[in-house]
Formats: sequence, C-alpha cells, structure tokens
Amino acid sequence: MNASVDALRQQFGDAVTRVIRSCGDTIVYVDAGRIRDVLVWLKETAGQEFTYLADVTAVEYRDPELPIEVVYQLFSLTRKQSLRVKATLPTDQPLEIDSIVSLWRGADWLEREVYDMFGITFRGHPDLRRILMWETYAEGYPLRKDFPLRGRFSRSEQVRQALNANPEAHYSMEELGMAEAISELPPDMRDRLARGERGVIVEPSDEAKHG
Amino acid sequence: MGDPRRVELSVATTGIDERGAPVRVPLGVADEPDLGGEHMLINIGPQHPATHGVLRLVVELDGEVVLRVVPHVGYLHSGFEKLGEYRHYNQIVPLTDRMDYLAPMSNNVCLALAVEKLMGIEITERCKVLRVIACEMSRIISHVVWLGTTSIDIGAFTPFLWLFQERERIYNLQEMWTGARLTTSVTRVGGMMADIPDGFVEGLSHFCATLPRTLAEVDGALTRNAIWCGRTQNIGVLTAEEAINYSLSGPMLRASGVDYDVRKDQPYLDYETYDFDVPIGEHGDVYDRYLVRFEELYQSTRILEQALERLPDGPINVDDPRVILPHKHETMNDMEAMIFHFKQVMDGVPAPVGEVYLPIEGPKGELGYYFVSDGTAKPVRWRVRPPAFINLAVLPKMAEGHLLADLIAINASVDIVMGEVDR
Repeated sequence: MNASVDALRQQFGDAVTRVIRSCGDTIVYVDAGRIRDVLVWLKETAGQEFTYLADVTAVEYRDPELPIEVVYQLFSLTRKQSLRVKATLPTDQPLEIDSIVSLWRGADWLEREVYDMFGITFRGHPDLRRILMWETYAEGYPLRKDFPLRGRFSRSEQVRQALNANPEAHYSMEELGMAEAISELPPDMRDRLARGERGVIVEPSDEAKHG
Repeated sequence: MGDPRRVELSVATTGIDERGAPVRVPLGVADEPDLGGEHMLINIGPQHPATHGVLRLVVELDGEVVLRVVPHVGYLHSGFEKLGEYRHYNQIVPLTDRMDYLAPMSNNVCLALAVEKLMGIEITERCKVLRVIACEMSRIISHVVWLGTTSIDIGAFTPFLWLFQERERIYNLQEMWTGARLTTSVTRVGGMMADIPDGFVEGLSHFCATLPRTLAEVDGALTRNAIWCGRTQNIGVLTAEEAINYSLSGPMLRASGVDYDVRKDQPYLDYETYDFDVPIGEHGDVYDRYLVRFEELYQSTRILEQALERLPDGPINVDDPRVILPHKHETMNDMEAMIFHFKQVMDGVPAPVGEVYLPIEGPKGELGYYFVSDGTAKPVRWRVRPPAFINLAVLPKMAEGHLLADLIAINASVDIVMGEVDR
C-alpha cells in the first residue's frame, strides 16, 4: 500500500473515508469539505511533494444511487509516484466543491471543463464559465448520465439555434469590458447586455430546460 | 494620457558563442509612443492560419503590446468522451484517431495500453516493439509538422517545404502499415490491427538513415539564424515553477528545465530498455521549445533504429479467443471460433470492475487515458488527459506584455492540435 495513505490517515483521520487499489493505482476517498486541505497538505508536506497536478475530472456512475466523484490525479516529480484523490458529491444536493486554482493554476481550465460537462460548481474559481460548449448553451451538462447522447433538443432545433446565435456578431460582456467599449454603447444596449441578452436565442421551454 | 510606457522588443542575435550556440541578447527596451491610451480589441480566428485550427483569441492591445488574451476553444468539440461510454473498448479506437490527428498512432497505443491494464492482459513481445515504433513514428510526424508550420508562422518558408517532404515519406510508411494516412486505428485490445508488411522495415530504416540529413539542413537554416533567434529567444518565458504549476507537460515542460518524461519516469512498453536521451531546456522560451523538439526528432530516430534491430518474430496478438477476434478462415469453418467471433462483436469484451489511469509520453506531452469500468463491455467513464488543452491554458500568461507578432510565435510554440483541445 502507498506510504502516503498512512500519513494521510494520521493527519486527517476520519476525513479519509475509503482507500482502494485498482490496477496498481492507489485511490484515496476524501471528505469533499476537506479536499482543499488534503491537497494543500499533499502538495506542500516534505516527503509527499505531490507538486504536479496531472488531471482533474469527474465520474458519474450508471447507478443513479452512487454519488458523483471529483477525481484529482497527482504525481510527485521528485518521488516519481502517483496518487489519485477522490471526493464524492451526492447527487441530491447541490454539486459544489472548493476550487484548487489557487494551488495549481493548471486546474483553471480543467475545473471549467468539469463545470461545463458535469455542472459541478467550484467555489472560489476566478472565472467559472463554460469552456467547450458555448456560453449560451441551454441543454444542460453533456457528460451527465441523464443527458441523451444526441442532446436534449431536436436536430432541427439545434440547427435553428446555431443559425440564430451568430456568435461572431458580438463579444461577451467580459471582452467588451476589457476594451472599455462598453461605456460607449447606447444605454439600452448596455442594459440588455447586462441582463445577459445576447443574440436572438429563444428561451427553451420548461420541459427542455431541466437538468 | 499618462507617462509613456516602456515596451520590450526582441532583438536579433549578434553572433555565436564558443559553444556554437547563438548569443542571447536580452530583450531591448523602447519608449512606446503615446497613442492616446485607448485599448484596441482584436479578434484572431477561429478561421486563421496562425491559430493552427479553430482557435479563437480575443486580444486586448495597447498600441502593439498585448495586455490580455482570452482564448476561446470548443469549436471542434465532438463529445468523444460521451460517445466512448456507448461503445465497446475496441470500438473506441477509431475515436482516438480523431483527437490528436497529427499523431493518431500514439493515441491508439495509449488506449490499448490502458484497456489492457484494466483487463490484466499481457501483450506479446513483438506487439510491444511494434507499438514503440508506432509511438515514435507519431512523434516524428507531429514534431515535423510542428516545426514546419511554426517556421511559416515566424516567416521562414523553406524549412516548411523540406519538412513536409519528410512528413510525406513517413506518412507513406504509415499508410503502408495501416492503410490510412490519418485514421490509422492501428491497435486492438490485446494486439495490433495488422502486422507490418514486407518492405516496411527496410523503408523505415532508410527513413531513419536519411531524416538526419534533412534535419541538418533545417538546423543550418534556423538554429543560428539571427532573425529566427530574434523572434524566439526570450519570448514567452516560463520558469520551472510556473511550468509545473500550470500542469504543463511534454516539450513545454522540459523546455523550462523540468526533467519529466513519462517514458523515463513511468515507463511503459519497456522504454527503460531503450537507450535515448531526454533533452531539457534552460530558458523556457520559444527558442528552447524549438531546440527540445528538434532534439527529440533525433532521439526518436535513435529509438526507431533500436526497435527495428530488436524486433522479434512471433505473434502480434495475445493467444486468447475471448479478446482477439479469431482468424476469418476459422470463423467461417469452425463452430467454436464462430461463437467467439459472435460474442465479441455482439457483446464486446467485458472489463472487470475497477479503474485505470495510464499516461504515455505523446508528442504534445503527457497523454493519459482514464477508464472507469463497472464490469460491462462499455466504460462508465472514458477521460482523456489532453496535453494540448492543458498546455494551451498557459497562453495568456505567456503572451502578456509581448508584441502582437510575438503572440503568434508563442501560440505556435505550444504545439496545439484542436482535435485534442476540443475533443
């Protein structure tokens, strides 16, 4: 068994809920509320030195009873050892976990991708926007198991929205703000942008919006 | 409007030092003329040759100095990870071709290795060596394309033509083996799609013997070229700490002086038995990334030569009818073989409950496949750790404070391939 596991148990006690081995990898399950503390400790403690964050992702199982897992793949560049840390998030509660962008800047886009694909909110993330899907994407979170393979909207609806969206016709609020162009816009347009109205996408019906 | 700002300018090198390396000239500094203090917003892409695919960059400029870059990705998002959850493990192989489409064979190998680890399959010796050949051929293809397109981005047209000739030669070899230039699908769980054909070994040996000649010409045209050095040295500098903190991998990480290569540190396919060096940069700028990738081309050639030399005879597939499709002749004539064939095609090969993360050193960096299995023949979750996506995230940090023209050089130095960034 990985030596880090005993040290983690000693340091965090009950916050380490489960340890399993699979295909030679050690997987440590940690209380979601303590995830940041655990990762800080693993990164900064001498003898652990998991300084390299290889990946952040999430897993949802086919069994709806099982919680969603947020997965952190760590590697120690000095000790040449890897460790997988997981935090579980029950699906009947809001999916929220602390961001680790302040620990590793590399987590920035990785957490955005998890948010985009699974709808998990990372508390304290500086810029939590969709990354692979577009900002106005209204069909939900594609990698969730209740999301159908072809999407929630029909093909014709998807095509209609894509044609109407005209993504090149406008910049996002953030981009306009950064060029200081926002102050020169007519007041009514500024108001509409501030309310989040961009393009001419029609709001999806309530039935299509769930999830 | 405010005091004039000092801007950094790249300056051409003044000559070569005693080691034969170009003299490093620190970035020059000049007063920027006062342009009224208004910032300009520039949109680059998504259709722009210098973005190497459908990448969109929104750039805020003060004069010609980049203040901020906001990259927008996702134009090529195909939902491969979602699709993988609906497919048998072997059916995922074609999806991997389409991710890093400049190095499809190394994607195929990574998938096969990960699934084999999950299922506990030991592959044959010949298969291992063939996969090493596949990986290193991919690395050469990817780096050759990178070097060619980057030299065009920076204004050197000639190396592009030389390098694309080389790419054509190795693509012909790849086509000879797999039947495809792009969508190779060369591996299967437990083996390979096909053995190498007659004449392949000779062709690849000849390629390995002659590639260094072209590389020497490119070396002569670029490495000590004053303009090339001026455009790339001290541009987009990342320290070792920053590179680790941004989770960079591959040549991007090694150019900053971090000695991390998956082939050496978490060996797979017996890479520890091959004799090759891992080049490390010292300055972490665009020039060092060029040097690292350039040296990797030579090292990959070395590995290919060793692999061809040791290539053992024997089967390419494991001897297990539950995993490998029986030969067509047996399927048509033998009841037992037909049943195995039917079971594999209809039900797939189930993997035991468990999960695996397997990284390999792809041309762009650490390419990791993460599979979670619930005991069925289709994965619960298939996650690709995309090196190009993670490397691209550092672009805004690198480009800030440089000139707009340098942004193009910096973006080129990341070596992105949008199929993998967007997946």
